[in-house]
Amino acid sequence: MLRTGGAIVLLAAVAALVGPLVTPFDPSAQDLALRLAGPSTTHPFGLDELGRDILARVLAGARISFLVGLTVVSVSASVGTLLGAVAGYFGGVADDVISRVIDVLLAFPGLLLAIALVAVLGPSLGNVLFALTIIGWVGYARLVRGQVLRARELEYVQAARAAGARIPRILWRHVVPTAIPAVVVQATLGMAGAIIGEAALSFLGLGVQPPTPSWGTMLNGGRAHLLDAPHLTIFPGLAIALLVLGFNFLGDGLRDATDPKHT
Amino acid sequence: MTRFLVRRLLLTVPVLLGVATLVFSLIHLVPGDPVQSMLGESASPEDIAEMRGRLGLDRPLYAQYVSFLKGIGTGNLGTSLRTNQPVTAAIAERMPATFELALAAMLVATAVAIPLGIVAAVGAGTHVDHAATTLALLGISVPNFWLGPLLAIVFSVTLGWLPVSGRGTAAHLILPAITLGAPLAAVLARMTRASVIEELRELYVLAARARGVSRVRAVLKHAFRNSLIPIVTVLGLQFGAVLTGAVITETIFAWPGVGRLLIQSISFRDYPLVQGCILLIAVTYVAMNLLTDLVYGLLDPRIRFE
Repeated sequence: MLRTGGAIVLLAAVAALVGPLVTPFDPSAQDLALRLAGPSTTHPFGLDELGRDILARVLAGARISFLVGLTVVSVSASVGTLLGAVAGYFGGVADDVISRVIDVLLAFPGLLLAIALVAVLGPSLGNVLFALTIIGWVGYARLVRGQVLRARELEYVQAARAAGARIPRILWRHVVPTAIPAVVVQATLGMAGAIIGEAALSFLGLGVQPPTPSWGTMLNGGRAHLLDAPHLTIFPGLAIALLVLGFNFLGDGLRDATDPKHT
Repeated sequence: MTRFLVRRLLLTVPVLLGVATLVFSLIHLVPGDPVQSMLGESASPEDIAEMRGRLGLDRPLYAQYVSFLKGIGTGNLGTSLRTNQPVTAAIAERMPATFELALAAMLVATAVAIPLGIVAAVGAGTHVDHAATTLALLGISVPNFWLGPLLAIVFSVTLGWLPVSGRGTAAHLILPAITLGAPLAAVLARMTRASVIEELRELYVLAARARGVSRVRAVLKHAFRNSLIPIVTVLGLQFGAVLTGAVITETIFAWPGVGRLLIQSISFRDYPLVQGCILLIAVTYVAMNLLTDLVYGLLDPRIRFE
C-alpha cells in the first residue's frame, strides 16, 4: 500500500514538474477547427471546447493541484500544530478559547464552510487556499492537542521542566516531536483532501477561474459536453482520482507503519 | 441518562451560537461593500441605500446581530433578493428533495458497505479482503463530481437506461443516490471491516464457536451485532459529508434541493439565501451529531459515565 501510493504520487509529481516542459502543446493554445475532437495519436486525451490539448492541460493542472495541496497542508499543519500544542500544554483559558473555535469550525461540514467562504470572498485561487486552510488546521490542532496532553505528563518532559528548560524549548524539543508521526499521516491524507477540495470548488465555479487549467475547472467545462465529448470529463477526473488514491494509499500505509498495533 | 442528556444538550448551545455567529459574519466578510457587490457597479446610490436598509446593514453591528439571532428563533431569515420569497419558505420548499436524496444515498451506502465490510473482515488478509479494501479506498478517492458525470455517460448517454437529470420518478433518484452514497459506502465498509475484525478476536466469539455455533451465525449473530454501535455512529457522523456531497450531486443532476439552491444563490449573490442555506445545513449537521451522541449513549452505558 505504502509503495503503491508512493509510486503514484512520485509519478504524478514528476509529471507535474516535467510534463508541461516536454509536451508539444501549450495548455492555452486554441485550435478551434479541432474543438471537441476525440483522442488521437497527436492528442492522446483529445481537445476541449476551445480546441485546447487536454493532455497539456491535465499536466498543467497537476501543478495547480500540487500547489494547492502543499500550500494548504503546510500552512494548516503549522498553524494547527502550534495552536494544538499551546492548547494542550497550557490548558486553561488558552485551551478553552482554542477548543471552542475548533468546536464551532467542526460544527460545519468541512467543504460547506469552504464553499461559504469562497462564495463571499469571491472565486480565486488565493481565496481557495485561504478557505481550505481555515477548514484544514482544525484537524491538526485537535490531533496535536490530544498528543500533547498525554506527552506533557511523561517523565522526561517533567524532568526537562524541573531542569529549568524554557517552555518553547520543552514544546519544540520534547513535546511536539511525539505528535510528528500522527501529523505526517494526517498531512498525507490532508493532501488528498485539499486536492479534492480545490477541484470541488473549481467544479462548482467557485475556485480557480478559466483559462487557468485546474482539474476541477476542466470537469466543470466538460459538463456541457457529456453527450458529444465525454473525454472532456474522463481524463481530468481520472487524474484527480489517481492522485487522490495515491495520497490515500500513502497515508494509510504510513498509518499502518507507524501504528504499533500493525507492526 | 437524564444527566447525560441535559449535559449533552447544554454543550450544544455554545456550538450553535458559534455557528450562528459565523454565518452572521459571512456577509461582513464580503470584500468592499456587500450591497454594491450584490447590485453591481451600475447601481444608483438610492438603490444601494434602499437595499442597505432592507438588509438592515445600516444599523449598528450589535443590533444586526441581535435581530439575526431573533430571526433564527422566530424562523425569519429575511427575504431572497432575487425572488422576494421569504428565505425560510424557499428552503422549506427544497428540503424534502435534499432529505429524499440523502436518505436514498445512505440506504445505498449501507446496503453495499455492510456486506462488503463483513466479507472483508471474515477473510482478513486474503485476496478478497485486499480487493474489498482497495475498492473502499477507490470509493473514497473517486470524487463525486467525477463519478456522477461518469455514471451519466454510461447509464444515461450510452445505455439510455436512466434519466440524466431532474426529479420525479424513482429512476431519477438512482444515479444521484449512487453518486452521493459511494464515498459514504467506502467509509462505512472500512469501519465495518475494522469493527467486525475487532469483535471476531473477542473470546465470546471463540466460545460461541466452541459451543458448536456455525461460523456464519457466529459472525452475523454475535460479532456483527456487537460491532453495530461504531457503525451506526459513523453513519450518523457522516451525515454532514452527505449534506455537503448533496451540494455537488444536486448541481450535477439538476436535483432541486437545498444544495442546488445554495449554488444558484451564490451565483446571483443572493446573500440572505446563501446565509439561510448554510445555516440550515450546519444546524442539521449539529443536530445529527447530537442525535448520534444520544443514541450512542443510549446503546452503550459506558459513554454516559465518561
